[in-house]
Amino acid sequence: MSHKVVIPIGPYHPLQEEPEFFRLYVEGEKVVDIDIVIGYMHRGIEELSEHKHYDQVAFLVERICGICSTSHPFAYVNAVEDLGKIQVPERALYIRTIIAELERIHSHLLWLGLAGHFIGYNTVWMWAWRYREPVLDLFETISGNRNHYAMMKVGGVRRDIRDEDIPIIRKTLDELTSATEMFKGAVMDDPVIQWRLKGVGILTRQQALEWSAVGPTARASGINIDVRRDDPYGAYDRVKWNVIIQKEGDIFAKTVVRILELFESISIIRQCLDAMPKGPIDADVQEIPPGEGIGRVEAPRGECFHYVRSDGTNRPVRHKIRAPSYMNVATNKVAAPGGTISDAALTLAAVDPCYCCTERTAVIERPSEKKIMNGWDLIEKSRQKTKHFLITRGK
Amino acid sequence: MSIKINILTKSLWAYHAATSPCNNCDIEILDVFTPRHDVERFGIVLAGSVRHADVLVVTGVPNFKTKERLKKLYAQAARPCFVVAVGGCACGRIMFRDSYNSPCAVDEVIPVDVYIPGCPPKPEAIIAGIVKLIDKIKGKK
Ligand code: SF4
Repeated sequence: MSHKVVIPIGPYHPLQEEPEFFRLYVEGEKVVDIDIVIGYMHRGIEELSEHKHYDQVAFLVERICGICSTSHPFAYVNAVEDLGKIQVPERALYIRTIIAELERIHSHLLWLGLAGHFIGYNTVWMWAWRYREPVLDLFETISGNRNHYAMMKVGGVRRDIRDEDIPIIRKTLDELTSATEMFKGAVMDDPVIQWRLKGVGILTRQQALEWSAVGPTARASGINIDVRRDDPYGAYDRVKWNVIIQKEGDIFAKTVVRILELFESISIIRQCLDAMPKGPIDADVQEIPPGEGIGRVEAPRGECFHYVRSDGTNRPVRHKIRAPSYMNVATNKVAAPGGTISDAALTLAAVDPCYCCTERTAVIERPSEKKIMNGWDLIEKSRQKTKHFLITRGK
Repeated sequence: MSIKINILTKSLWAYHAATSPCNNCDIEILDVFTPRHDVERFGIVLAGSVRHADVLVVTGVPNFKTKERLKKLYAQAARPCFVVAVGGCACGRIMFRDSYNSPCAVDEVIPVDVYIPGCPPKPEAIIAGIVKLIDKIKGKK
C-alpha cells in the first residue's frame, strides 16, 4: 500500500543558501511530486526602479543578484540603449563582454563547488572556490570591488581596463586554463561522481522544451539555445566560440556543460583582449526618448530579459525583469519526481537556482472576513438582542 | 567573565540566516570558510541549525515573510546568542529602504551585536568583524 509522506525542506535549511520552501511528496524512498513555495526574497525591485533615474537603476538591478551581478545591469543597459537608439563605443562593448565572461567563470566555479558540497565532496568545493578567488581578484583590479562591479552604464562602461592590467588578466587566465583542465579530469573521470550524477534528475529534451528551460539547463538536454549567438549583443558577434551542448539531460550533463563553458569563456576573453580597440568608453547620453526597449543577455544561468518603457522623463515608467531561474526552477517539477530523496536535493541544486533573481512578484493574501468569537462577544450579542427587544417590543 | 563564555570565544559556531539579501553577502560569508581565508583554523564553523549555534549571522533586508522567521530563529537559539549583521542591507537597508516589502531593519527585529557594513563586505572585513565580536564578548573595548 502506498503511503504518501510530505518532507518539508526549508525555509531555513542547512542545504540552502537562500530561504525557500520545498515540499517533497514521497512514497517510500521515491519522490512522487514536489511543491515549491518562494517569496522569501522579494524586495520589490521593479517598483523601486520606477522611482530612480536611469543611472541609478543600473546600481539597483545589480543588487538583484550577487552572483550574476553584471548580467542584470547588462540586460538593463541593453534595453535602454535599444529604447534610445544609443550607439555604444566599440571599446565599451569589448569591456562589457570581458566582464560578463569573467562573471560566467566565477559563477560556474561557484556552482561546481556547491554541487561538490551537496554530494559530500567538500574537496571539490574547496578547490573550486580556491580557483575562483583569482577571478575575484581580477574584478577587484579592474573595477575596485570583488563583486558588484558597477561597470555598466547607459551608453558605455564606467571604468576602462588599463593597459597595465592586461598582462595580469592574461596570466590569471593561463592559470585558470590549467586549473580547469585539472577540474575536467577530476570531476569527469571520477567514478563516484559519475555514480552519483549520471542518470539522476533527467530532464528530457521534450520536457525542457515544454517547460521553457534556458541556459545550461536547456543545453544539457540537447537544446541548441544561447542568446550570445542567437541575438548577439556586446562583442559576441566579433569573436569565435562554440555553444556547448549535451544530450543526456541528467545532472552529469549539466556539470559537463558548465565545465566546458569555462574553456569557451576563457577563449572569448583572450580574443577580446587581442581585438579590443583603443578609444572612448562611453557615449554621451542626453535624453531618453519616450518608447520601449528590450534587452537580453545570456547570464550564467540562461537568458535574462529586461523590458523598459519610458515616457520621456528621467525615470522608467515600467521596468520588467525576467531572470533565468524563473524558468529553470520550474523544471524541477518534472526532473525531481521519480528519483530518490537523496537525489532530490541534488536535482534541486542542479539547475543552479537563484531565488533572489526569480522573485519579482509578491501576492499578498488579505486576511479574510472571518472573525472568531470569544465568550465576551457572545454575551455582547445576547445583550444587544435584549436591548433590541426592549426598544421594539417594550413600548 | 564566566568560564563558559571564555570557552565559547575559542570556537564560535555560526548559523547563517539570509533574510532576503542579494546572495552576495552570503557568498562572501561562505568564502570566509574556503581555503584563502579559512576561518576554521580559528574554530569558527558553520552550524546546520540555529540551536547549535553561538552566533546568528544575518544578511539582507527583512521582508514581511522573513521578518517573522527571523524572530522565530532568534527565539530558538541557545543563549547566549550573538547577532552579527553582515552587509549594508542588514545594517541599514541601503537602497531597499523605500521598498514596499521592507517593513523594518534587522536591528528593529532582534538585537544586533556587531555590524559589518559593505556591499558586500570583503572577507577580510567579515573576519575583522568577528574579531570585534570576540573582543566584545570578552569584555574588552
Ligand atoms: S549588502 Fe549589498 S551585497 Fe549584501 S545583500 Fe545587500 S545588496 Fe547584496
